Amino acid sequence: MTGMTIAEPGEGKNTLLAVEDLTVGFRTARGYADVLHAVSFRVEQGRTTCVVGESGSGKSVTCQAILGLVPRNGRRTGGRILFAGMDLAAADEATLERIRGRGIGMVFQDPLGSLNPLHTVGAQLRETLRLHTDLSELQRQKRALDLLAMVGIPEPEQRLASYVHQFSGGMAQRIMIAMALACEPQLLIADEPTTALDVTIQAQILDLLNRLKAELGMAILFITHDLGVVAEMADTVVVMRHGRVVETGPAARVLSAPEAPYTQTLLAAMPRLDVAAPVYRQRSAR
Amino acid sequence: MLGRHYLTKIVRGLLTIWIIVTFTFIALNLSGDPVDALVGDQASPEVIAHYREKFGLDRPLWQQYLAYLGSIAQGDFGLSLSDQQPAVSLIAAALPHTLRLGLLAFSVGLLLGIGLGIVAALNRNRPIDRFVMSFAVLGFSLPNFFLGILLILLFSLHWRLLPSSGDATIWHLILPAVTLGTHFAGTFARFTRSAMLEVLNKQYVVAARAKGVPRPRRVLWHALPNAAIPIITIIGLKLGDLVAGSIIVETVFAVPGVGRLLVNAVTSRDFALVQAILIMVSITMILANLAVDVIYTLIDPRMRAARAES
Ligand SMILES: Nc1ncnc2c1ncn2[C@@H]1O[C@H](COP(=O)(O)OP(=O)(O)OP(=O)(O)O)[C@@H](O)[C@H]1O
Ligand SMILES: [Mg+2]
Repeated sequence: MTGMTIAEPGEGKNTLLAVEDLTVGFRTARGYADVLHAVSFRVEQGRTTCVVGESGSGKSVTCQAILGLVPRNGRRTGGRILFAGMDLAAADEATLERIRGRGIGMVFQDPLGSLNPLHTVGAQLRETLRLHTDLSELQRQKRALDLLAMVGIPEPEQRLASYVHQFSGGMAQRIMIAMALACEPQLLIADEPTTALDVTIQAQILDLLNRLKAELGMAILFITHDLGVVAEMADTVVVMRHGRVVETGPAARVLSAPEAPYTQTLLAAMPRLDVAAPVYRQRSAR
Repeated sequence: MLGRHYLTKIVRGLLTIWIIVTFTFIALNLSGDPVDALVGDQASPEVIAHYREKFGLDRPLWQQYLAYLGSIAQGDFGLSLSDQQPAVSLIAAALPHTLRLGLLAFSVGLLLGIGLGIVAALNRNRPIDRFVMSFAVLGFSLPNFFLGILLILLFSLHWRLLPSSGDATIWHLILPAVTLGTHFAGTFARFTRSAMLEVLNKQYVVAARAKGVPRPRRVLWHALPNAAIPIITIIGLKLGDLVAGSIIVETVFAVPGVGRLLVNAVTSRDFALVQAILIMVSITMILANLAVDVIYTLIDPRMRAARAES
Protein backbone atom coordinates (compact mmCIF):
# COMPACT_ATOMS: atom_id res chain seq x y z
CA MET A 1 0.00 0.00 0.00
CA THR A 2 1.03 3.60 -0.11
CA GLY A 3 2.18 5.96 2.57
CA MET A 4 -1.26 7.54 2.64
CA THR A 5 -2.39 5.26 5.45
CA ILE A 6 0.08 6.97 7.73
CA ALA A 7 -1.15 10.47 7.13
CA GLU A 8 -4.84 9.55 7.21
CA PRO A 9 -6.58 11.36 10.07
CA GLY A 10 -8.60 9.24 12.44
CA GLU A 11 -6.29 6.37 11.76
CA GLY A 12 -4.08 7.19 14.73
CA LYS A 13 -5.33 4.95 17.48
CA ASN A 14 -1.82 3.73 18.12
CA THR A 15 -0.21 6.98 17.16
CA LEU A 16 2.21 8.13 19.84
CA LEU A 17 3.59 11.16 18.06
CA ALA A 18 2.00 13.09 15.23
CA VAL A 19 3.97 15.86 13.62
CA GLU A 20 1.65 18.02 11.56
CA ASP A 21 2.68 20.74 9.14
CA LEU A 22 5.78 21.55 11.14
CA THR A 23 7.47 24.65 9.77
CA VAL A 24 10.73 25.96 11.16
CA GLY A 25 12.92 28.78 9.93
CA PHE A 26 16.31 30.21 10.83
CA ARG A 27 17.56 33.73 10.93
CA THR A 28 21.12 33.86 9.63
CA ALA A 29 23.51 36.46 8.33
CA ARG A 30 21.92 35.99 4.93
CA GLY A 31 18.43 36.61 6.22
CA TYR A 32 15.53 34.49 7.32
CA ALA A 33 14.78 31.19 5.61
CA ASP A 34 12.49 28.26 6.32
CA VAL A 35 14.33 24.96 6.58
CA LEU A 36 11.28 22.80 7.35
CA HIS A 37 8.22 23.22 5.17
CA ALA A 38 5.02 21.72 6.61
CA VAL A 39 6.64 18.46 7.67
CA SER A 40 4.13 15.79 8.69
CA PHE A 41 4.57 12.21 9.83
CA ARG A 42 3.55 9.85 12.59
CA VAL A 43 5.26 7.56 15.01
CA GLU A 44 3.27 4.54 16.13
CA GLN A 45 3.49 3.13 19.63
CA GLY A 46 6.19 0.49 19.97
CA ARG A 47 7.35 0.92 16.38
CA THR A 48 10.47 2.35 14.79
CA THR A 49 10.12 5.21 12.38
CA CYS A 50 13.19 6.07 10.40
CA VAL A 51 13.72 9.51 8.95
CA VAL A 52 16.14 9.40 6.03
CA GLY A 53 17.48 12.13 3.83
CA GLU A 54 20.64 13.74 2.65
CA SER A 55 22.70 16.06 4.78
CA GLY A 56 20.91 19.34 5.39
CA SER A 57 17.46 17.93 4.62
CA GLY A 58 16.20 18.96 8.05
CA LYS A 59 16.28 15.70 9.99
CA SER A 60 18.01 17.10 13.05
CA VAL A 61 15.95 20.27 13.09
CA THR A 62 12.84 18.08 13.07
CA CYS A 63 14.08 16.24 16.17
CA GLN A 64 14.99 19.49 17.88
CA ALA A 65 11.58 20.97 17.13
CA ILE A 66 9.77 17.98 18.65
CA LEU A 67 11.42 18.59 22.03
CA GLY A 68 11.43 22.38 21.72
CA LEU A 69 15.20 22.42 21.32
CA VAL A 70 15.46 24.53 18.18
CA PRO A 71 18.52 26.81 18.53
CA ARG A 72 17.96 30.40 19.46
CA ASN A 73 18.20 31.81 15.96
CA GLY A 74 15.48 29.44 14.80
CA ARG A 75 11.74 29.62 15.20
CA ARG A 76 8.83 27.26 14.70
CA THR A 77 6.33 29.24 12.70
CA GLY A 78 3.64 26.65 12.23
CA GLY A 79 2.35 23.19 12.85
CA ARG A 80 1.46 20.91 15.72
CA ILE A 81 3.41 18.25 17.55
CA LEU A 82 0.96 15.91 19.20
CA PHE A 83 2.53 13.63 21.74
CA ALA A 84 0.39 11.43 23.96
CA GLY A 85 -2.55 13.75 23.46
CA MET A 86 -0.65 16.97 24.11
CA ASP A 87 0.51 19.62 21.64
CA LEU A 88 4.20 20.06 22.42
CA ALA A 89 4.37 22.97 20.00
CA ALA A 90 2.06 24.91 22.27
CA ALA A 91 3.58 23.72 25.55
CA ASP A 92 5.56 26.03 27.80
CA GLU A 93 9.17 25.38 28.83
CA ALA A 94 8.22 23.90 32.21
CA THR A 95 5.95 21.33 30.56
CA LEU A 96 8.59 20.51 27.99
CA GLU A 97 11.14 20.01 30.75
CA ARG A 98 8.88 17.35 32.23
CA ILE A 99 8.50 15.61 28.86
CA ARG A 100 12.20 15.73 28.00
CA GLY A 101 13.99 12.74 29.43
CA ARG A 102 10.79 11.29 30.81
CA GLY A 103 8.20 10.99 28.05
CA ILE A 104 10.76 11.33 25.30
CA GLY A 105 14.43 10.39 25.58
CA MET A 106 17.01 11.51 23.10
CA VAL A 107 20.45 10.37 21.98
CA PHE A 108 22.75 12.20 19.64
CA GLN A 109 25.33 11.56 16.99
CA ASP A 110 28.31 12.51 19.15
CA PRO A 111 28.17 10.43 22.35
CA LEU A 112 31.55 11.57 23.67
CA GLY A 113 30.50 15.20 23.29
CA SER A 114 27.10 14.56 24.85
CA LEU A 115 28.51 13.73 28.26
CA ASN A 116 29.79 16.47 30.51
CA PRO A 117 33.56 15.97 30.88
CA LEU A 118 33.70 17.30 34.45
CA HIS A 119 31.07 15.12 36.09
CA THR A 120 31.11 11.37 36.51
CA VAL A 121 28.88 9.33 34.27
CA GLY A 122 27.08 8.16 37.40
CA ALA A 123 26.35 11.71 38.53
CA GLN A 124 24.83 12.47 35.15
CA LEU A 125 22.72 9.32 35.15
CA ARG A 126 21.49 9.96 38.67
CA GLU A 127 20.75 13.54 37.69
CA THR A 128 18.22 12.31 35.12
CA LEU A 129 16.61 10.06 37.71
CA ARG A 130 16.46 12.84 40.26
CA LEU A 131 14.81 15.18 37.79
CA HIS A 132 12.01 12.83 36.86
CA THR A 133 11.48 10.31 39.64
CA ASP A 134 11.22 10.41 43.41
CA LEU A 135 13.65 7.59 43.97
CA SER A 136 15.91 7.96 46.98
CA GLU A 137 19.63 8.51 46.62
CA LEU A 138 20.22 4.82 47.23
CA GLN A 139 17.56 3.71 44.80
CA ARG A 140 18.96 6.03 42.14
CA GLN A 141 22.38 4.47 42.50
CA LYS A 142 20.85 1.01 42.26
CA ARG A 143 18.82 1.98 39.22
CA ALA A 144 21.88 3.52 37.57
CA LEU A 145 23.70 0.22 38.03
CA ASP A 146 20.78 -1.70 36.55
CA LEU A 147 20.66 0.68 33.60
CA LEU A 148 24.32 0.14 32.79
CA ALA A 149 23.82 -3.59 33.01
CA MET A 150 20.80 -3.23 30.72
CA VAL A 151 22.86 -1.55 27.99
CA GLY A 152 25.58 -4.17 28.35
CA ILE A 153 28.31 -2.30 30.19
CA PRO A 154 30.60 -4.53 32.22
CA GLU A 155 31.77 -3.53 35.71
CA PRO A 156 28.98 -0.99 36.06
CA GLU A 157 30.02 0.11 39.54
CA GLN A 158 33.42 1.19 38.35
CA ARG A 159 31.97 2.73 35.20
CA LEU A 160 29.57 4.93 37.16
CA ALA A 161 32.53 6.54 38.88
CA SER A 162 34.33 7.16 35.58
CA TYR A 163 34.48 10.23 33.40
CA VAL A 164 33.69 10.44 29.72
CA HIS A 165 37.34 10.69 28.71
CA GLN A 166 37.74 7.15 29.99
CA PHE A 167 35.15 5.80 27.53
CA SER A 168 35.20 4.76 23.91
CA GLY A 169 32.57 6.15 21.54
CA GLY A 170 30.57 2.93 21.59
CA MET A 171 30.62 2.75 25.39
CA ALA A 172 29.64 6.39 25.67
CA GLN A 173 26.72 5.81 23.31
CA ARG A 174 25.56 2.93 25.50
CA ILE A 175 25.70 5.33 28.45
CA MET A 176 23.69 7.89 26.52
CA ILE A 177 21.11 5.25 25.67
CA ALA A 178 20.96 4.19 29.31
CA MET A 179 20.44 7.82 30.28
CA ALA A 180 17.77 8.39 27.65
CA LEU A 181 15.91 5.29 28.80
CA ALA A 182 16.41 5.88 32.53
CA CYS A 183 12.82 6.97 33.05
CA GLU A 184 11.36 4.49 30.55
CA PRO A 185 10.13 7.02 28.01
CA GLN A 186 7.47 6.05 25.51
CA LEU A 187 9.56 7.47 22.69
CA LEU A 188 13.27 7.45 22.01
CA ILE A 189 14.59 9.93 19.48
CA ALA A 190 17.95 8.85 18.12
CA ASP A 191 19.63 11.36 15.82
CA GLU A 192 22.21 9.39 13.84
CA PRO A 193 23.34 7.54 16.98
CA THR A 194 25.77 5.31 15.13
CA THR A 195 27.20 7.63 12.48
CA ALA A 196 30.27 8.44 14.55
CA LEU A 197 30.98 4.82 15.44
CA ASP A 198 32.91 1.94 13.84
CA VAL A 199 30.89 -0.43 11.73
CA THR A 200 31.04 -3.31 14.22
CA ILE A 201 30.15 -1.04 17.13
CA GLN A 202 27.37 0.41 14.99
CA ALA A 203 25.85 -3.05 14.55
CA GLN A 204 26.03 -3.66 18.31
CA ILE A 205 24.27 -0.40 19.08
CA LEU A 206 21.52 -1.13 16.54
CA ASP A 207 21.02 -4.59 18.05
CA LEU A 208 20.88 -3.04 21.50
CA LEU A 209 18.23 -0.55 20.41
CA ASN A 210 16.14 -3.27 18.79
CA ARG A 211 16.39 -5.42 21.89
CA LEU A 212 15.46 -2.56 24.23
CA LYS A 213 12.60 -1.56 22.00
CA ALA A 214 11.16 -5.05 22.34
CA GLU A 215 11.86 -5.23 26.09
CA LEU A 216 10.54 -1.82 27.01
CA GLY A 217 7.87 -1.53 24.33
CA MET A 218 8.93 1.97 23.38
CA ALA A 219 8.72 3.67 20.01
CA ILE A 220 11.85 4.89 18.26
CA LEU A 221 12.25 7.85 15.97
CA PHE A 222 15.49 6.99 14.28
CA ILE A 223 17.35 9.51 12.15
CA THR A 224 19.86 8.29 9.63
CA HIS A 225 21.13 8.88 6.15
CA ASP A 226 22.10 5.24 5.78
CA LEU A 227 19.51 3.12 3.99
CA GLY A 228 21.24 -0.03 5.21
CA VAL A 229 20.41 1.05 8.74
CA VAL A 230 16.87 1.84 7.67
CA ALA A 231 16.47 -1.69 6.38
CA GLU A 232 17.62 -3.06 9.68
CA MET A 233 15.62 -0.80 11.97
CA ALA A 234 12.55 0.68 10.38
CA ASP A 235 8.90 -0.27 10.53
CA THR A 236 8.02 3.00 8.87
CA VAL A 237 10.16 5.26 6.71
CA VAL A 238 9.95 9.01 6.27
CA VAL A 239 12.06 10.34 3.41
CA MET A 240 13.02 14.00 3.65
CA ARG A 241 14.60 16.36 1.20
CA HIS A 242 15.16 20.11 1.38
CA GLY A 243 12.99 20.35 4.47
CA ARG A 244 10.02 18.49 2.99
CA VAL A 245 8.71 14.99 3.44
CA VAL A 246 8.87 13.50 -0.04
CA GLU A 247 7.64 10.03 0.83
CA THR A 248 6.44 8.07 3.80
CA GLY A 249 5.27 4.50 4.20
CA PRO A 250 5.98 1.07 5.63
CA ALA A 251 9.67 0.26 5.39
CA ALA A 252 9.12 -2.83 3.31
CA ARG A 253 7.16 -0.96 0.71
CA VAL A 254 9.35 2.15 0.55
CA LEU A 255 12.52 0.11 0.22
CA SER A 256 11.17 -2.28 -2.41
CA ALA A 257 8.87 -0.04 -4.40
CA PRO A 258 9.77 3.58 -3.78
CA GLU A 259 7.30 6.04 -5.25
CA ALA A 260 9.07 9.36 -5.06
CA PRO A 261 11.80 9.88 -7.65
CA TYR A 262 14.10 11.10 -4.89
CA THR A 263 13.70 7.88 -2.92
CA GLN A 264 14.42 5.93 -6.07
CA THR A 265 17.64 7.90 -6.57
CA LEU A 266 18.59 7.31 -2.94
CA LEU A 267 18.06 3.59 -3.26
CA ALA A 268 19.89 3.43 -6.56
CA ALA A 269 22.84 5.25 -5.01
CA MET A 270 22.98 2.88 -2.10
CA PRO A 271 26.24 0.95 -2.19
CA ARG A 272 25.07 -1.97 -0.11
CA LEU A 273 21.70 -2.70 -1.64
CA ASP A 274 22.66 -6.35 -1.93
CA VAL A 275 23.09 -6.50 1.85
CA ALA A 276 19.97 -4.57 2.63
CA ALA A 277 17.69 -6.58 0.39
CA PRO A 278 17.75 -9.87 2.34
CA VAL A 279 17.19 -8.00 5.55
CA TYR A 280 14.17 -6.38 4.06
CA ARG A 281 12.78 -9.75 2.86
CA GLN A 282 13.06 -11.03 6.40
CA ARG A 283 11.04 -8.15 7.67
CA SER A 284 8.30 -8.27 5.07
CA ALA A 285 7.79 -11.93 5.88
CA ARG A 286 6.60 -10.99 9.35
CA MET B 1 53.67 11.32 39.34
CA LEU B 2 51.78 14.21 40.84
CA GLY B 3 54.68 15.07 43.15
CA ARG B 4 57.08 15.36 40.26
CA HIS B 5 54.78 17.72 38.42
CA TYR B 6 54.69 20.11 41.35
CA LEU B 7 58.39 19.71 42.03
CA THR B 8 59.09 20.92 38.50
CA LYS B 9 56.78 23.85 39.08
CA ILE B 10 58.49 24.79 42.33
CA VAL B 11 61.96 24.57 40.84
CA ARG B 12 60.81 26.74 37.97
CA GLY B 13 59.38 29.17 40.51
CA LEU B 14 62.67 29.40 42.40
CA LEU B 15 64.45 30.01 39.13
CA THR B 16 62.05 32.83 38.39
CA ILE B 17 62.74 34.37 41.78
CA TRP B 18 66.47 34.19 41.17
CA ILE B 19 66.08 35.95 37.82
CA ILE B 20 63.97 38.65 39.45
CA VAL B 21 66.48 39.17 42.27
CA THR B 22 69.30 39.48 39.76
CA PHE B 23 67.34 41.75 37.49
CA THR B 24 66.31 44.16 40.23
CA PHE B 25 69.84 44.16 41.54
CA ILE B 26 71.17 45.23 38.18
CA ALA B 27 68.40 47.71 37.46
CA LEU B 28 68.67 49.42 40.81
CA ASN B 29 72.43 49.64 40.60
CA LEU B 30 72.23 51.20 37.17
CA SER B 31 69.68 53.76 38.25
CA GLY B 32 71.89 55.57 40.76
CA ASP B 33 73.61 55.47 44.11
CA PRO B 34 71.23 54.88 47.03
CA VAL B 35 73.48 56.75 49.46
CA ASP B 36 73.10 59.95 47.44
CA ALA B 37 69.39 59.76 47.90
CA LEU B 38 69.74 58.95 51.57
CA VAL B 39 72.07 61.70 52.71
CA GLY B 40 71.31 64.35 50.14
CA ASP B 41 73.84 66.13 47.92
CA GLN B 42 75.07 68.46 50.70
CA ALA B 43 76.71 65.63 52.64
CA SER B 44 80.43 65.48 53.12
CA PRO B 45 82.50 62.77 51.40
CA GLU B 46 83.26 61.24 54.82
CA VAL B 47 79.59 60.78 55.63
CA ILE B 48 78.98 59.24 52.25
CA ALA B 49 81.92 56.90 52.63
CA HIS B 50 80.68 55.91 56.07
CA TYR B 51 77.30 54.90 54.72
CA ARG B 52 78.80 53.16 51.73
CA GLU B 53 80.87 51.02 54.01
CA LYS B 54 78.01 50.42 56.40
CA PHE B 55 75.77 49.00 53.65
CA GLY B 56 78.60 47.20 51.92
CA LEU B 57 78.28 49.45 48.88
CA ASP B 58 82.02 50.00 48.71
CA ARG B 59 82.68 46.44 47.75
CA PRO B 60 82.81 45.28 44.10
CA LEU B 61 79.41 44.65 42.56
CA TRP B 62 79.81 40.91 42.25
CA GLN B 63 80.62 40.65 45.95
CA GLN B 64 77.57 42.69 46.82
CA TYR B 65 75.55 40.42 44.57
CA LEU B 66 76.79 37.19 46.12
CA ALA B 67 76.41 38.51 49.63
CA TYR B 68 72.89 39.55 48.82
CA LEU B 69 71.97 36.18 47.33
CA GLY B 70 73.40 34.49 50.39
CA SER B 71 71.39 36.47 52.88
CA ILE B 72 68.20 36.17 50.85
CA ALA B 73 68.64 32.43 50.83
CA GLN B 74 68.63 32.65 54.63
CA GLY B 75 65.51 34.77 54.64
CA ASP B 76 67.38 37.94 55.50
CA PHE B 77 66.36 40.76 53.21
CA GLY B 78 68.53 43.34 54.91
CA LEU B 79 67.73 46.62 56.60
CA SER B 80 65.71 49.32 55.00
CA LEU B 81 68.10 52.08 54.05
CA SER B 82 65.82 54.90 55.13
CA ASP B 83 64.68 53.83 58.59
CA GLN B 84 67.04 51.02 59.55
CA GLN B 85 64.31 48.48 60.23
CA PRO B 86 64.43 45.01 58.71
CA ALA B 87 62.75 45.16 55.31
CA VAL B 88 60.73 42.09 56.18
CA SER B 89 59.10 43.70 59.19
CA LEU B 90 58.16 46.79 57.21
CA ILE B 91 56.49 44.56 54.67
CA ALA B 92 54.83 42.51 57.38
CA ALA B 93 53.33 45.68 58.82
CA ALA B 94 52.02 46.84 55.45
CA LEU B 95 50.83 43.48 54.16
CA PRO B 96 47.55 43.18 56.11
CA HIS B 97 46.38 46.50 54.63
CA THR B 98 47.14 45.31 51.12
CA LEU B 99 45.63 41.88 51.66
CA ARG B 100 42.41 43.28 53.06
CA LEU B 101 41.97 45.73 50.23
CA GLY B 102 43.18 43.30 47.60
CA LEU B 103 40.96 40.43 48.72
CA LEU B 104 37.93 42.68 48.97
CA ALA B 105 38.57 44.21 45.56
CA PHE B 106 39.27 40.83 44.04
CA SER B 107 36.09 39.32 45.47
CA VAL B 108 34.05 42.27 44.25
CA GLY B 109 35.62 41.94 40.83
CA LEU B 110 35.20 38.19 40.72
CA LEU B 111 31.58 38.00 41.84
CA LEU B 112 30.48 41.02 39.84
CA GLY B 113 32.50 40.03 36.80
CA ILE B 114 31.46 36.39 36.68
CA GLY B 115 27.85 37.25 37.48
CA LEU B 116 27.67 39.92 34.81
CA GLY B 117 29.49 37.69 32.33
CA ILE B 118 26.93 34.92 32.81
CA VAL B 119 24.03 37.34 32.47
CA ALA B 120 25.56 38.76 29.29
CA ALA B 121 26.16 35.31 27.81
CA LEU B 122 22.62 34.18 28.54
CA ASN B 123 21.27 37.31 26.85
CA ARG B 124 23.65 37.39 23.96
CA ASN B 125 23.15 40.35 21.61
CA ARG B 126 20.21 41.62 23.59
CA PRO B 127 20.21 45.09 25.19
CA ILE B 128 21.25 43.68 28.60
CA ASP B 129 24.28 42.09 26.97
CA ARG B 130 25.27 45.33 25.27
CA PHE B 131 24.81 47.28 28.49
CA VAL B 132 26.87 44.85 30.55
CA MET B 133 29.61 44.72 27.95
CA SER B 134 29.78 48.52 27.73
CA PHE B 135 30.25 48.56 31.48
CA ALA B 136 32.93 45.89 31.18
CA VAL B 137 34.88 47.75 28.54
CA LEU B 138 34.61 50.96 30.53
CA GLY B 139 35.71 49.30 33.77
CA PHE B 140 38.52 47.57 31.99
CA SER B 141 39.86 50.61 30.20
CA LEU B 142 39.42 53.36 32.82
CA PRO B 143 42.80 53.84 34.51
CA ASN B 144 42.67 53.07 38.23
CA PHE B 145 43.93 56.50 39.26
CA PHE B 146 41.29 58.19 37.12
CA LEU B 147 38.40 56.17 38.48
CA GLY B 148 39.76 56.54 42.01
CA ILE B 149 39.95 60.33 41.77
CA LEU B 150 36.54 60.45 40.11
CA LEU B 151 35.00 58.44 42.95
CA ILE B 152 36.70 60.64 45.56
CA LEU B 153 35.40 63.76 43.85
CA LEU B 154 31.85 62.40 43.75
CA PHE B 155 31.45 60.39 46.94
CA SER B 156 33.83 62.16 49.30
CA LEU B 157 33.96 65.76 48.19
CA HIS B 158 30.64 66.33 46.44
CA TRP B 159 28.19 64.09 48.29
CA ARG B 160 30.33 63.60 51.41
CA LEU B 161 29.16 60.02 51.77
CA LEU B 162 32.40 58.10 52.16
CA PRO B 163 35.90 58.75 53.51
CA SER B 164 38.65 58.93 50.92
CA SER B 165 41.83 58.42 52.88
CA GLY B 166 43.22 55.49 54.86
CA ASP B 167 41.61 52.15 55.63
CA ALA B 168 40.59 52.42 59.26
CA THR B 169 37.05 51.10 58.79
CA ILE B 170 35.07 49.14 56.24
CA TRP B 171 33.65 52.47 55.01
CA HIS B 172 37.15 53.57 54.13
CA LEU B 173 37.63 50.42 52.10
CA ILE B 174 34.58 50.89 49.87
CA LEU B 175 35.97 53.44 47.44
CA PRO B 176 39.40 51.84 46.93
CA ALA B 177 37.87 48.36 46.68
CA VAL B 178 35.33 49.55 44.13
CA THR B 179 38.05 51.31 42.16
CA LEU B 180 40.24 48.25 42.03
CA GLY B 181 37.33 45.81 41.76
CA THR B 182 35.75 47.57 38.79
CA HIS B 183 38.84 46.93 36.75
CA PHE B 184 38.69 43.21 37.51
CA ALA B 185 34.96 43.01 37.07
CA GLY B 186 35.43 44.39 33.56
CA THR B 187 38.07 41.84 32.72
CA PHE B 188 36.27 38.87 34.25
CA ALA B 189 32.94 39.83 32.71
CA ARG B 190 34.43 39.76 29.24
CA PHE B 191 36.17 36.45 29.75
CA THR B 192 33.26 34.84 31.52
CA ARG B 193 30.93 35.89 28.75
CA SER B 194 33.04 34.41 25.99
CA ALA B 195 33.84 31.25 27.97
CA MET B 196 30.16 30.75 28.78
CA LEU B 197 29.06 31.38 25.22
CA GLU B 198 31.40 28.71 24.02
CA VAL B 199 30.40 26.20 26.66
CA LEU B 200 26.66 26.85 26.37
CA ASN B 201 26.84 25.70 22.75
CA LYS B 202 28.53 22.44 23.66
CA GLN B 203 26.76 19.23 22.90
CA TYR B 204 26.62 18.20 26.56
CA VAL B 205 24.66 21.31 27.47
CA VAL B 206 22.23 20.60 24.64
CA ALA B 207 22.05 16.98 25.80
CA ALA B 208 21.36 18.13 29.35
CA ARG B 209 18.51 20.25 28.09
CA ALA B 210 17.21 17.32 26.05
CA LYS B 211 16.91 15.24 29.20
CA GLY B 212 14.96 17.89 31.02
CA VAL B 213 17.57 19.74 33.06
CA PRO B 214 16.18 23.20 33.89
CA ARG B 215 18.14 26.24 32.85
CA PRO B 216 19.60 27.34 36.20
CA ARG B 217 21.09 23.91 36.72
CA ARG B 218 22.30 23.74 33.14
CA VAL B 219 24.11 27.02 33.60
CA LEU B 220 25.54 26.40 37.05
CA TRP B 221 26.22 22.66 37.08
CA HIS B 222 26.85 21.83 33.44
CA ALA B 223 28.21 25.01 31.86
CA LEU B 224 29.93 27.07 34.56
CA PRO B 225 32.47 24.47 35.76
CA ASN B 226 33.56 23.99 32.16
CA ALA B 227 33.78 27.73 31.60
CA ALA B 228 35.70 28.03 34.88
CA ILE B 229 38.85 26.55 33.37
CA PRO B 230 39.64 29.52 31.11
CA ILE B 231 38.30 31.93 33.74
CA ILE B 232 40.68 30.56 36.37
CA THR B 233 43.57 30.95 33.96
CA ILE B 234 42.69 34.62 33.65
CA ILE B 235 42.37 34.97 37.41
CA GLY B 236 45.91 33.66 37.78
CA LEU B 237 47.20 36.05 35.17
CA LYS B 238 45.29 39.00 36.58
CA LEU B 239 46.82 38.67 40.04
CA GLY B 240 49.74 40.62 38.60
CA ASP B 241 47.35 43.40 37.75
CA LEU B 242 46.09 43.30 41.30
CA VAL B 243 49.58 44.11 42.54
CA ALA B 244 50.04 46.86 39.97
CA GLY B 245 46.55 48.19 40.65
CA SER B 246 46.99 48.25 44.38
CA ILE B 247 50.14 50.35 44.04
CA ILE B 248 48.08 53.03 42.32
CA VAL B 249 44.99 52.68 44.45
CA GLU B 250 46.89 52.65 47.74
CA THR B 251 48.65 55.80 46.72
CA VAL B 252 45.46 57.56 45.61
CA PHE B 253 43.56 56.57 48.76
CA ALA B 254 46.51 56.82 51.16
CA VAL B 255 46.24 53.21 52.27
CA PRO B 256 49.41 52.24 54.19
CA GLY B 257 49.91 49.01 52.27
CA VAL B 258 52.71 47.31 50.41
CA GLY B 259 51.95 49.25 47.23
CA ARG B 260 52.55 52.56 48.89
CA LEU B 261 55.57 51.17 50.68
CA LEU B 262 57.00 50.23 47.29
CA VAL B 263 56.37 53.67 45.83
CA ASN B 264 58.12 55.29 48.79
CA ALA B 265 60.97 52.80 48.65
CA VAL B 266 61.54 53.51 44.98
CA THR B 267 61.50 57.29 45.41
CA SER B 268 63.98 57.11 48.28
CA ARG B 269 66.10 54.47 46.48
CA ASP B 270 65.61 52.11 49.37
CA PHE B 271 67.47 49.31 47.68
CA ALA B 272 66.86 46.55 50.22
CA LEU B 273 63.20 47.33 50.65
CA VAL B 274 62.47 47.46 46.93
CA GLN B 275 64.10 44.12 46.40
CA ALA B 276 62.33 42.55 49.31
CA ILE B 277 58.98 43.76 48.01
CA LEU B 278 59.65 42.57 44.49
CA ILE B 279 60.66 39.17 45.75
CA MET B 280 57.56 38.97 47.90
CA VAL B 281 55.41 39.89 44.92
CA SER B 282 57.04 37.26 42.77
CA ILE B 283 56.61 34.60 45.44
CA THR B 284 52.95 35.57 45.60
CA MET B 285 52.64 35.23 41.86
CA ILE B 286 54.33 31.86 41.87
CA LEU B 287 52.10 30.63 44.66
CA ALA B 288 49.07 31.93 42.81
CA ASN B 289 50.24 30.01 39.79
CA LEU B 290 50.53 26.85 41.82
CA ALA B 291 47.10 27.43 43.30
CA VAL B 292 45.62 27.83 39.81
CA ASP B 293 47.27 24.58 38.86
CA VAL B 294 45.83 22.78 41.87
CA ILE B 295 42.37 24.20 41.14
CA TYR B 296 42.59 22.92 37.56
CA THR B 297 43.16 19.41 38.79
CA LEU B 298 40.33 19.74 41.28
CA ILE B 299 37.90 20.79 38.56
CA ASP B 300 39.02 18.73 35.61
CA PRO B 301 39.44 14.95 35.79
CA ARG B 302 41.32 14.99 32.46
CA MET B 303 43.98 17.23 34.00
CA ARG B 304 44.15 14.95 37.00
CA ALA B 305 44.75 12.03 34.69
CA ALA B 306 47.37 13.90 32.67
CA ARG B 307 49.19 15.06 35.82
CA ALA B 308 49.16 11.59 37.28
CA GLU B 309 50.68 10.20 34.10
CA SER B 310 53.47 12.69 33.51
N1 LIG C 1 21.32 26.83 14.11
C1 LIG C 1 21.10 26.94 12.78
N2 LIG C 1 21.18 28.14 12.18
C2 LIG C 1 20.97 28.27 10.86
N3 LIG C 1 20.66 27.26 10.05
C3 LIG C 1 20.56 26.04 10.59
C4 LIG C 1 20.78 25.80 11.98
N4 LIG C 1 20.60 24.49 12.22
C5 LIG C 1 20.30 23.93 11.05
N5 LIG C 1 20.26 24.85 10.06
C6 LIG C 1 19.96 24.59 8.65
O1 LIG C 1 18.81 23.81 8.58
C7 LIG C 1 18.95 22.86 7.53
C8 LIG C 1 18.65 21.49 8.06
O2 LIG C 1 19.66 21.15 8.98
P1 LIG C 1 19.66 19.77 9.75
O3 LIG C 1 20.75 19.85 10.75
O4 LIG C 1 18.30 19.46 10.25
O5 LIG C 1 20.07 18.75 8.61
P2 LIG C 1 20.22 17.17 8.74
O6 LIG C 1 19.21 16.58 7.86
O7 LIG C 1 20.18 16.78 10.17
O8 LIG C 1 21.66 16.97 8.14
P3 LIG C 1 22.84 15.99 8.60
O9 LIG C 1 22.58 14.69 7.94
O10 LIG C 1 24.04 16.65 8.07
O11 LIG C 1 22.79 15.93 10.09
C9 LIG C 1 20.32 23.01 6.98
O12 LIG C 1 20.25 23.75 5.78
C10 LIG C 1 21.05 23.79 8.02
O13 LIG C 1 22.00 24.64 7.41
MG1 LIG D 1 21.62 16.05 11.54
